[in-house]
Amino acid sequence: MAQTPAAPTPGGTLEANQPVRPRRERGTRVRRRRVRAAWLFLTPMLVGLALVAGWPLARTFWFSVTDASLSSLEGANFIGLENYLVYDNGWYGILADPLWWQSVWNTLYFALVSVSLEAVLGVIVALVLNAHFRGRTLVRAAMLIPWAIPTVVSAKIWAWMLNDQFGIINHLLMTLGLIDAPLSWTADASLSMWAVIMVDVWKATPFVALLVLAALQMLPSDCYEAAKVDGIHPVRVFFRVTLPLITPALLVAVIFRALDALRVFDVIYVLTSNAASTMTMSIYARQQLVEFQDVGYGSAASTLLFMIIALVTVVYLYLGRRQLGGGS
Amino acid sequence: MTLRRLKAIALKTGFWLLVAVLVLYAIFPFYYAIVTSLKPSSQLFEVSYWVDSLDFSNYVTVLSQPTFLAAIRNSVVVALSVVLIALLLGLTAAWALGRVRFRGRTTVMMIVLGVSMFPQVAVLSGLFEVIRTLDLYNSPGGLILSYTIFTLPFTVWILTTFMRQLPDELEEAAIVDGASPWVTLTKVFMPLLWPAMATTGLLAFIAAWNEFLFALTFTLTDSQRTVPVAIALISGGSQYELPWGPIMAASVIVTVPLVVLVVIFQRRIVSGLTAGAVKG
Repeated sequence: MAQTPAAPTPGGTLEANQPVRPRRERGTRVRRRRVRAAWLFLTPMLVGLALVAGWPLARTFWFSVTDASLSSLEGANFIGLENYLVYDNGWYGILADPLWWQSVWNTLYFALVSVSLEAVLGVIVALVLNAHFRGRTLVRAAMLIPWAIPTVVSAKIWAWMLNDQFGIINHLLMTLGLIDAPLSWTADASLSMWAVIMVDVWKATPFVALLVLAALQMLPSDCYEAAKVDGIHPVRVFFRVTLPLITPALLVAVIFRALDALRVFDVIYVLTSNAASTMTMSIYARQQLVEFQDVGYGSAASTLLFMIIALVTVVYLYLGRRQLGGGS
Repeated sequence: MTLRRLKAIALKTGFWLLVAVLVLYAIFPFYYAIVTSLKPSSQLFEVSYWVDSLDFSNYVTVLSQPTFLAAIRNSVVVALSVVLIALLLGLTAAWALGRVRFRGRTTVMMIVLGVSMFPQVAVLSGLFEVIRTLDLYNSPGGLILSYTIFTLPFTVWILTTFMRQLPDELEEAAIVDGASPWVTLTKVFMPLLWPAMATTGLLAFIAAWNEFLFALTFTLTDSQRTVPVAIALISGGSQYELPWGPIMAASVIVTVPLVVLVVIFQRRIVSGLTAGAVKG
């Protein structure tokens, strides 16, 4: 994590007096003052994070074991784990709700498929952008455009392109003779998941491509020269040399994307609203919280989602520690 | 020999085809939004692949709606305030995390990273309560407050990365001259960090400009909405007759500034995205 400070340049004028090194043992008075200053400088950020993240999260946990509703947050009573699971002549609670389990499955399916596609496409795009050709800067700018467009806008544009009657995609497929009747992409339960995956892949691939591209541009060129001299096939070079070397960057991109996909809300909400076939955990929780005004139940769903994401993060950090040896 | 030449030509053609397909895939949706927005409503339902009419009636419709103008104003106010707050808090924190060694630094970095992983819906009910207690519900203030949850972590993270790359000699000289940390930060580091601050500011602006879930939940009236919510809520007479022309015109209006920003500052944005992520 920390860099070792650069040693003072030899031949400098520092031989006479002690070299000043702010990050090593030095005059303890100065060091103490700096550490105090550091905490003072951290305070605004820590207070800010506590106000918008720590405290609200704790409140969400608390609401999840109460019967709070949106209209009376103050009059919430402790009810234990009843929001999660309770037996009352039959099982009730989130863990007994088939819609919750469907939204869990939807979220996992969406995350797995979209992130896999983004990783493969992202590597392809990065390889193309890494080649030297005229107009590379323009192509890179074009690749960034999907990433910059607001998610809601992307979802609306795609909704229009996927429109069953007047959409250009159905028109194109019909003209090419691939389908003989228009498909209702966003309304048909078997197609809508693919529609949202399509939009997400279009939007997020540039991000993956950029991270992989950064890794590609740091590769040592001597391996490639050696491979070229030995006449090894480029495809083999890619799988034997390039892929192992860009794997760390690709993994970072994949984990970022996976965490985003697990909490996905906006793109799906705009495209298919609260439809059960594409409902994700975030949409489920928000529907309970805001539309049904059931803060207790909705907070319980939010808590479960938080736990799942925390688990993924911890596993990732643990594996990352072991693989990368915790180096920076 | 000729076979090899043929193979080289085929490879080159294939490569350019791939580039063409990728570019088309990336920009076609936005291009199609522009095409649609320039159509009169009578022609909306005939699919066309080219700009075949220059009809600005959809833009007139959108821009003559006071609620849409209010939404643009709200979005600008919120996004700019979020950028300022994130940079101010992020810069001071980044100095502490990037330049000083103290016990608990790793823990603080982990907390910052952890917060950036939060699913937004997990703080929704707690944040709603905080915002209502502070009397910020249905106002830009509530959104500015809530947006710091996702802009602050990556601002701190990226600025810390840049801060670490600055040479130590600068600070040593400042300490020898008896400068306080605050003076060191504002007089010595700030001028050097402008590029990094521009980068993080841009990323924070884009993130705040695009946010949807908090904006949808913490605003109630049309006059307080932000642009993404306004666009999501444009509706027609029924579910089956959405006014696609105005929706596309509104989409183009709010996206053009972002696309221009991205094209101009693409180098910066790329360096910011990778500095924030390529990190052990």
